[in-house]
Amino acid sequence: MPPRGSSFNSKMGGRRAEKPLKTLLRLFRYFKHCTGLLIVAVLAILAYSLASNFAVFKTQDLVKTLETSLGADMAKYTGVLIGMAILYAIASFTNFLLNRLMLSCSARVMCALRKEMFEKMQSLPIAFFDGRTHGELMSYYTNDTEAVNELLHHSITQMLISVTSLAFIFGLMSALSVPVIFIMICMGLTVFYVMRGVTKQSRKNFKKQQRELAGLNGYIEEMMEGQKVVKVFTHEEEARANFKVHNDELCKVATDANTFASIVGPLMNNISHIFYAITCTVGVLLAAPVEGKPFLMEGTFFAEHPLLLVESSKLVTSLQFVRQVSNRISQISQQFNSILLALAGAERIFALVDTPAEIDEGDVTLVRVEETDGGLAETDRRTGLWAWKRGDELIPLRGEVRFNDVDFSYDGKKQVLSDVTLYAHPGQKIAFVGSTGAGKTTITNLINRFYDIADGTITYDGIPIREIKKSALRSSLGMVLQDTHLFSGTVMENIRYGRLDATDAECVEAAKIANADFFISHLPDGYQTQLVADGANLSQGQRQLIAIARAAVSDPPVLILDEATSSIDTRTEKHIEKGMDALMKDRTVFVIAHRLSTVRNSDCIMVLEHGRIIERGDHEALLAQRGKYYELCMGKSELS
Amino acid sequence: MFSMKDKKKKGPGIRYLKPCVKGYVAPSVMTPVLMVFEVALETVIPLLMAALVDGGLYHKEEYQLQGFLSRLPYSNDFQFVLWAGGLMVLAALLSLLCGAFGARTSAVASMGFAKNLRERIFDKILQFSFKNTDRFQTSSLVIRATTDVNSMQNTYQMVLRMMFRAPFQMIFASIMAFRIHARLSLVFVVALPLVMTPMLLFMFVGRKRFKLMFKKLDTMNGAVQENLIGTRVVRSFVRGDYENDKFRESADDLMRTQIYAQKLFSLASPIQLAIMWGATVLLWLWGGRIVTAPGSTLGIGDLSALIGYSTQVIGALQMVSMFPMMLSRTRASLDRINEVFEEKIDIDSPESDLALENGGIEFDHVNFSYSGNPDVLNLKDINLCILPGQTVGIIGGTGEGKSTLVQMIPRLYDVLSGSVRVSGHDVREYGLKTLRDGVSMVLQKNLLFSGSIRENMRWGNPDATDEEIREACRIACADEFVTGFPDGYDTDLGQGGCNVSGGQKQRLCIARALLKKPKILILDDSTSAVDTATEARIRDGLRSLTDMTKIIIAQRIGSIMNADQIVVMERGSISDVGTHDELMRRSLIYREVYESQVREEANA
Repeated sequence: MPPRGSSFNSKMGGRRAEKPLKTLLRLFRYFKHCTGLLIVAVLAILAYSLASNFAVFKTQDLVKTLETSLGADMAKYTGVLIGMAILYAIASFTNFLLNRLMLSCSARVMCALRKEMFEKMQSLPIAFFDGRTHGELMSYYTNDTEAVNELLHHSITQMLISVTSLAFIFGLMSALSVPVIFIMICMGLTVFYVMRGVTKQSRKNFKKQQRELAGLNGYIEEMMEGQKVVKVFTHEEEARANFKVHNDELCKVATDANTFASIVGPLMNNISHIFYAITCTVGVLLAAPVEGKPFLMEGTFFAEHPLLLVESSKLVTSLQFVRQVSNRISQISQQFNSILLALAGAERIFALVDTPAEIDEGDVTLVRVEETDGGLAETDRRTGLWAWKRGDELIPLRGEVRFNDVDFSYDGKKQVLSDVTLYAHPGQKIAFVGSTGAGKTTITNLINRFYDIADGTITYDGIPIREIKKSALRSSLGMVLQDTHLFSGTVMENIRYGRLDATDAECVEAAKIANADFFISHLPDGYQTQLVADGANLSQGQRQLIAIARAAVSDPPVLILDEATSSIDTRTEKHIEKGMDALMKDRTVFVIAHRLSTVRNSDCIMVLEHGRIIERGDHEALLAQRGKYYELCMGKSELS
Repeated sequence: MFSMKDKKKKGPGIRYLKPCVKGYVAPSVMTPVLMVFEVALETVIPLLMAALVDGGLYHKEEYQLQGFLSRLPYSNDFQFVLWAGGLMVLAALLSLLCGAFGARTSAVASMGFAKNLRERIFDKILQFSFKNTDRFQTSSLVIRATTDVNSMQNTYQMVLRMMFRAPFQMIFASIMAFRIHARLSLVFVVALPLVMTPMLLFMFVGRKRFKLMFKKLDTMNGAVQENLIGTRVVRSFVRGDYENDKFRESADDLMRTQIYAQKLFSLASPIQLAIMWGATVLLWLWGGRIVTAPGSTLGIGDLSALIGYSTQVIGALQMVSMFPMMLSRTRASLDRINEVFEEKIDIDSPESDLALENGGIEFDHVNFSYSGNPDVLNLKDINLCILPGQTVGIIGGTGEGKSTLVQMIPRLYDVLSGSVRVSGHDVREYGLKTLRDGVSMVLQKNLLFSGSIRENMRWGNPDATDEEIREACRIACADEFVTGFPDGYDTDLGQGGCNVSGGQKQRLCIARALLKKPKILILDDSTSAVDTATEARIRDGLRSLTDMTKIIIAQRIGSIMNADQIVVMERGSISDVGTHDELMRRSLIYREVYESQVREEANA
């Protein structure tokens, strides 16, 4: 088997997107599932920003009315207030609207993305799964999806609100006064540069933290897995000491990383306070004369340049905007980072979706046939007869498999199979023997086209397997694999997985063939017993028996048994021998077994070493050769 | 989710978390104090603004004379503005200092807390007996020590920074508002319950819906994981379409539930905004009348400050109302961590100086059950006597109790009744370290760790010399291939020892066990991947260690044929004990196993 990557290091790295814009645009294309909703949502965002900021702008008119010394015009005042209230009402409503619409949009987009990912996974070549741990693949569905969901549901909305608000505020304020605008721009720049500096530091420290964290998590993972070994060797003290080293180091870098992350909030908050104070002070100093009140700038340079003065009503309004501006800017910069992180998640998802699917260029299909006078005819009935259908031509399925000079490599570098030539007559039992890594499982993986060969040909009943549709090819092969996998569901459902339209009676029959009926009927609920995830409530041997039953019910013309009985002890194996014989009768069977007793009565035994067939023949013939097989049987050689 | 009721339930609560603050008490106390200072300074700012606007802009004398401002040394409006403005900037700067310093202390406190917590969890798990370990899955233990600790760390930081800050902000801002104008501040009194009510209502209703959503999410992810693990099965049975249909259904279902759960919360922010803005409009409306009333003491600056305070109070309240939700998110993590701490360690080491004299073993009416249920016994009435230095073979089918039997000897599990004696004393009388150093066991599912071969060997004896390591490896027939590696004993094994083959791994594990120089060596099916010729050489090597008692569990009969005694296990009982010849004569099981394995060799 090709090597698997380590789970921790490749996963979460706090990585940012590489092509954020491209990814974002691609993500937006998923909104086609809800274009109408999205348009309304964007309009709602615009309306919200405009209304909420314009309402604040109204403060100006309120103050102006109040500060007239000649008794305020209360009717006008109330009128302005009503206008303000209406604007706020609009803002509240549009806020609800955009929340609700973005929820619907993001949920739909997520649903579409999930489906696309899952369907893609069903069509990816097996090689894709070899290089990745389950944890890594699951993180597409958990971490990455969650990040994108957060992005669609909150971040993008917030970003749009912040940007439009900022634009509106500056627009409105340009109508207020020159000095205030100047101070605001200074604040904007300060916030921007402080944010940039902090973010840079923060990212640097964050990277260090992630590295330490991955190291510590790896250590924890290893110690937990080897916990029983730790116990047996009373290695607790050493483990504790080692852990402490990792843990202390992590604490140190994490404290620095976290300091930078936590300091952003108070920094931004208080910078805005400082500028608030400055605006307030400068504004009061530069206040334009209010009727009947003394004027601070009397006789100075400013008094001669009214543009540099601040109207009192405008100052009071500006003060309400100051905090808004700094909040929006720091929000944008924070959101910017989280959007980039989330887009990295989207990028990973798209990379998965873009992975080329398994190539399936074949057009030969598999059909049921019955014998008629003139030969074969297609039928829907279960006749037990099958044929390949190429165009209109029907080729009877006999189960003859040929390898001609097959070469294969998983990674294009290390040759796993070289010059393998073999010929399985219909109904023959072919066995493969050899060490781990000799290429036994690989051969069966080539027959069902989990992998495609580099060189040579494989034919099935004379048809090159590339020309056979993969679904047809695999339907014709029953497989019991090395790592027995059962699904959660009842025992019955698991057996029926072999053939979805099998009746209960047929499933029980198959279980009897596999000699599984006895233990199944002793389970608490018999065939209706629920299996928990991956059948953990059964022993490995029992799971193998169910897997054999599952293959039996699918009733395939060709059978591949890859270490199908490896977890069943020799005595039990003896007991199911009869069942296995019944299952194998009249079928072409490929058997891989560690235990030599399992392969002894095969028609032909292939001994593999380093990807080559070094000996072939039946048991007697091979013993007579006094070669590798003989040594294995005599226990003079090691199989591992 | 979101319940305050949960906290009242009986349980360990945060009992196990308290000691984790140790060493970080100062920053843990400093953080809230700094936060409260920060927020206090922050609430002073609008007050100063009011004085500046009303005193400086509108030149109302009484504002300049209010409170401590009157004590400032100014002689005209201009100086007053500079003084008040200067104070405002100063307050903001001090607030910045407190905030920044608080960020640092909160980082120190929460990271330190997490460090301690992680260490305590790790320590606790190290104390786990086999029985404890069996109850938890490895992956779930890893999550508890990593993800869950992380979530506790974030919560702790939030508690330190926000738990005090937000309520104090409410209090300070309210006090200031009352000082400005008590009657107008009634608007706050009306606004507060209005903000709280919908929030609490949403939490109450939302809780169930979110639970449902997370359940669906779990189910869906579970299905994906199964599909991933079983991808070869799915493909060989051509069930891609079937799986797609199933998934599409559950994805649609999840989408509907997601909208159903979250749509309520689309209302939360507009309602809060509406209340906040409603308060603003109300303050202007009412305040405007008061400002313009003849002889009013309320200025426009005051009104503006009041509006500022109302925003602060409502914002803080919003924060407070989020606490239960945030806390309930960590609830699940806390529960999982508590489960680890609450796990009762069923095997503890007695204080004992008793030394292990020899390798004699005696089983005396031993009953054992993994579940602790006397009706479901995994070992039934075991009686067995093994003399020091003897070699004992154990044979039997899978699940018949072979491994269980030997695990009683180093006290990996405790007997239900009866007793196991080593060197004449009950195993429970020895210190665990003494016992397990004397009894070396090579487990069936054995592991090597990342690091070099030499480092792995030192697990057996941290002080082992290179010569001792080589000697042990020679006996286990490992030296021959280790010296063949380019880096010899410095070869890196990779995580889980994945860089060596199965048979080589087993041989290294035996060598590691030998380095302990134990009185008793137990090999639990430890040579299954080693070829018979090498295995025979290992057996020869072991035979030279005459003081050591050797117990060998094997599938292959050849591995144990020459043992001093052979134990045949069946369904948790000893079916027979004897030498090979005796068992061939009287044990049906033994003969069956023998025949199923040896026949072909005989044939050949």
